[in-house]
Amino acid sequence: MAAIAPQTLEEKPVAVESQSKSITLRISKFNPKTESNRNFVDFTIPYKKWTTVLDAILVVKENFDHSVGVRYSCRQSSCGSCGMKINGKPALACYTKISELNSNTITVEPMDNFPIIRDLVVSFERMFSAHKKLKPYIISEDSEITKDTKEFLQTPEDVEKYLQFSNCIKCGLCNSACPTMATDSSFIGPQALAQAYRYVADNRDKGKNDRLKIIDDSHGIWRCHFAGSCSKVCPKGVDPAMAIQLLRGYLLGFRK
Amino acid sequence: MRESVVMKIHYGTALGAVALVAIHILFRMTQNFADSLEFESVIANYEFLPYALLLEVILVLISIHGFNGLRVILLELRQGRTYEKAVTYGCIAAMAAVIIYGSRTILIAGMGIV
Ligand code: SF4
Ligand code: FES
Repeated sequence: MAAIAPQTLEEKPVAVESQSKSITLRISKFNPKTESNRNFVDFTIPYKKWTTVLDAILVVKENFDHSVGVRYSCRQSSCGSCGMKINGKPALACYTKISELNSNTITVEPMDNFPIIRDLVVSFERMFSAHKKLKPYIISEDSEITKDTKEFLQTPEDVEKYLQFSNCIKCGLCNSACPTMATDSSFIGPQALAQAYRYVADNRDKGKNDRLKIIDDSHGIWRCHFAGSCSKVCPKGVDPAMAIQLLRGYLLGFRK
Repeated sequence: MRESVVMKIHYGTALGAVALVAIHILFRMTQNFADSLEFESVIANYEFLPYALLLEVILVLISIHGFNGLRVILLELRQGRTYEKAVTYGCIAAMAAVIIYGSRTILIAGMGIV
């Protein structure tokens, strides 16, 4: 890894408000198609109390290096696009304020356990295919959209059973923090397992046995060692580690 | 065999081994440590049938639990159809070898052949 000479806003004639505080933003730059090593490039960026890491990266793109590869969309922690490693921990760049990091240097790197496409952008292919494999939809013969059928009524208690797990935005932070994902390239991952539980716990769904069969595999649910790092980094409070333990309850016969 | 069945066996053997090893330790505490390792004392333990059976069961439980644990670690270390098959059958073979060798020792000592 090599560090390239830092660039500051003062060196470039750009119109950005003068600020009293500034940080060094270290961005990991790497194109696996043309390079063999990752580089870190430093930029000095002014910030305010509410400036997010994504804002700072966009300042870099606007003023210093428009080639920085970063994926983002909603900028309000809803789309799950901007996951990256910020000072060593997986987090959403649009949901992490610089002022909260208590550090003069902020290092941004692509998430671990995902192949790098370029710079901070990783491929979600493995996560999405595991998610799809778990049938992330209600499986039921009945339908509420055909004529003469009635609504699927659920009590607040029924909804409570899966609501927390339905908040997943597929950002991949949990998979990135998971130690099993780092070594087991076939592991299904906490994201997909949490989603399996989301549908298994939904009383409208009839696909429980199908899903339990899929996760009951040599690279399925049993490879979770309950490190709990997935739940720690989840920005939506989904708690995949708990979902995994609840799913195990079905497989061990404690839950019906 | 489904992985959940394998893991039920894994957890069951762990619980069984902890309970039986606790009994084994309690037996050892009836003498002082140095005396319990005396040749005559060790042989006497093997010749006492219930104790020999306890050791045999501990051997089986720990071998199953240990080699399945090893299989899990190796499966997480590398992936691939052939590798995984080799790991699974290799662990079963190693487990059987340890149980056979250990049982042989218990049998020989228990029958007073040493
Ligand atoms: S469970 Fe949480 S961390 Fe994992 S993908 Fe969903 S929202 Fe992201
Ligand atoms: S940009 Fe949508 S979650 Fe950050």
